[in-house]
Parts: sequence; structure tokens; C-alpha cells
Amino acid sequence: MAANTSLLGRIRLVLWGLVAIAAFVGGAVFLGHMQEAARQGASLPGAVRIGGDFELVDQNGDPYSSEALKGRPHAVFFGFTHCPDICPTTLFEMTKHLEALGPDADKLTVLFVTVDPARDTPAQLKTYLSAFDPRIVGLSGSAKQVADAASKYRIVAEKVATSDGSYTMNHTASVFLFDSSGTLVSTLNWEEPEETRHKKLQRLMQRS
Amino acid sequence: MLKLARRNFFLGAMFAIALTALAFAAAPKLTAEDAKHTHSGVMIEKAWTRATPPGAKVAGGFVTIMNHGKEADRLIGGSFALSQRDEVHEMTMTEGVMRMNEVKGGLEIAPGATVELKPGGYHLMFMELGGEPKVGTPVKGTLQFEKAGEVAVEFAVAPLGAKSLHGKGGDMPTGQDLGGHEMKHNH
Repeated sequence: MAANTSLLGRIRLVLWGLVAIAAFVGGAVFLGHMQEAARQGASLPGAVRIGGDFELVDQNGDPYSSEALKGRPHAVFFGFTHCPDICPTTLFEMTKHLEALGPDADKLTVLFVTVDPARDTPAQLKTYLSAFDPRIVGLSGSAKQVADAASKYRIVAEKVATSDGSYTMNHTASVFLFDSSGTLVSTLNWEEPEETRHKKLQRLMQRS
Repeated sequence: MLKLARRNFFLGAMFAIALTALAFAAAPKLTAEDAKHTHSGVMIEKAWTRATPPGAKVAGGFVTIMNHGKEADRLIGGSFALSQRDEVHEMTMTEGVMRMNEVKGGLEIAPGATVELKPGGYHLMFMELGGEPKVGTPVKGTLQFEKAGEVAVEFAVAPLGAKSLHGKGGDMPTGQDLGGHEMKHNH
């Protein structure tokens, strides 16, 4: 009886050991697949894919689609010109970053997409962007076009009424960085040090 | 084993909740305002704004307010010579989303408190700009308090992208006087 129990106990121990090994190997194989998938730019299962095809209008009134981004590293952020703080600051910081990148900056496409197409016409964007690096592309479009692009980039954009009957916008403020294959590689955040952001951009350019 | 882990996790969570509750309980409570009117000790320092891109219809106003008085006061609004209207707003960032909210009922300045309106937080939202604030040319305005009433200020104009009046940020030409440095003491 006692021998039986100890034998069973030993078998159980061995089986648990096997389960642990199987879990470890299985996990490693799964992680390997995920890494390979990430390298190839595929979206991770369970993770949201950011970015996608869009048709918008640039600050000169010309059509601008996601086709223009093929094979080019790009930085994309959303905002609006009735924005007192974060949008002009982000545009200002991007202007400084483009300057700091030197000749590499010409290979980077920077898109500023409005979340407020009703007020941000291409002409308004053109005027507003004249204070910043001329390589920054301002994008607007119909309400539907903009909403479609915003949803592909997983942008939160919501109108907030102000007490005078006008409105302001809450919106995602991160700058998304994509490499030349269209894979999201990093984001820039205005709360992090300028040096950190610069290094992220340098890495993006090296990668592309 | 699993049960034990779960119990530990549960205990940990309870502990965290208890700690949070303690932290809230320990935070200083703002005293209710006294209905009696006494002279206000609101002091205003460093009112400033930033140059705006062409075509901008809004700008942010920043200022440091100290309350040396015995009663709480509230910043309820103000004015800016270049704009039609203004509101007290708070900007918050959560998970990459920037949110703007009007501070309903005004921003409380508790006795002994120093409240800084600055980029990324509380600010005066100047709307319907009729002109561009220019670096070095202070813009006249007012701050409206519930008790201290209207206080005249001059908003110094820092460059586009500046994070503070004199800090790093914009391409600030060296030696340029931004103006509007005076302190106002309102009694």
C-alpha cells in the first residue's frame, strides 16, 4: 500500500515535470512566432493594428493618400488648430526634431492630421503650418474621410462644448512612428525629454 | 497552491486599497469659505502667454497665483486684449489622450496655497483671437476672482513652444525683454 502510494506520487511528480517542460517549450515557441510576426510587420494577435489606408486632402488642397507613405518612414499625429497648447507645441517640437535630424529629415514624412475638419480647411492648415517646418504635411478632408483615418490610427477624438456654444476637442496626442514597411515602431510623447524623442527618431531613420 | 496565490493576491489588493484610502484621508481638506468679506490677500505673479501660429484662434494664458489671505478665493475668468472670451480650463493627459475641460465654478485658490497655471495643466483659454500675440509685446488683460474682484495684469509673450516664461523651449532671442514682469499685490 505504502509502496503503491509512493510510486503513484513519483509518477505524478514526473508528469507534473513534463507538464512544466511542455509549457516552457510551448511558451518559447509561441514567443518566437510573435517576435517573427512583429519583425515582419504583421499585427500581433490580440494587439490592435495602428494605421491603414486613407484618402485625405493636404494643405494645398491636393488629394493625399496613404500610398504616399509606401516605402517611407513616417511620423503621424492628430490635432487641430483651435488647440492652445499641445498641438502648436508638438508642431514646434517636430520642427526642431526635423532640423536636428539633418539630411535624414528629407527621408521622413511628417503628417499632422486634423480632428476638426469643419474648422480646419486646407487653407486654414496652410496658414497655421507656415510657422513650422515646411516639410510637415497638414491633412484635412471630409468629416467621413477624417473619421475613417482617425479610426484606423485608433485615435480618440471627441467634441467638447464650451459655455459659449462653441467647442474644443479632446484627442489622442501621441506621435506615431512607422518605419518604411509601415510597421509602428515607437511613439513620441511630449512629456518625455527632447533627447529621448530625438534618439527614437534617429533609431527610426537607421531602421528604415 | 493556486488557492494560496489567489489569497495572497486578494490580500495584496486589499492592502493597496487600504493604503489609497489612507492617503486620501491624510490629504489636507480645504476649509469651507467664510461668508464674511475680509480683505483678500491674492497675489499674482508671472502672467504670460505664448506667440501663436498664424491663423490661430486660441491661446493659453498662464499665471502663478498665491493666496496670502485667510479665505479661499476662486479664479473665475478674466480678459485678454486680443481675445473675445476666455474660460478657465484644465488640460489632462491620460493614456496619450489630451483632454480639455472647463473648470466649472472657477479654480479654487485655498488660503496659503500657490496655484500655477502652466502648460499641460490649468490655463486660461483665450478664444476668438482677433490678433497675434507677439514676443516681447505684453498683452493687457485681467484676472477675475470671486472675492478679490478684477485684477489688471499684463501677459508677457514667450515664443511659440515655450514651456515656461523664461525656461527653455522657444527660440528665444537672448537679451530680449519679454515685458510684464511686475508683481501685483491686491489688497
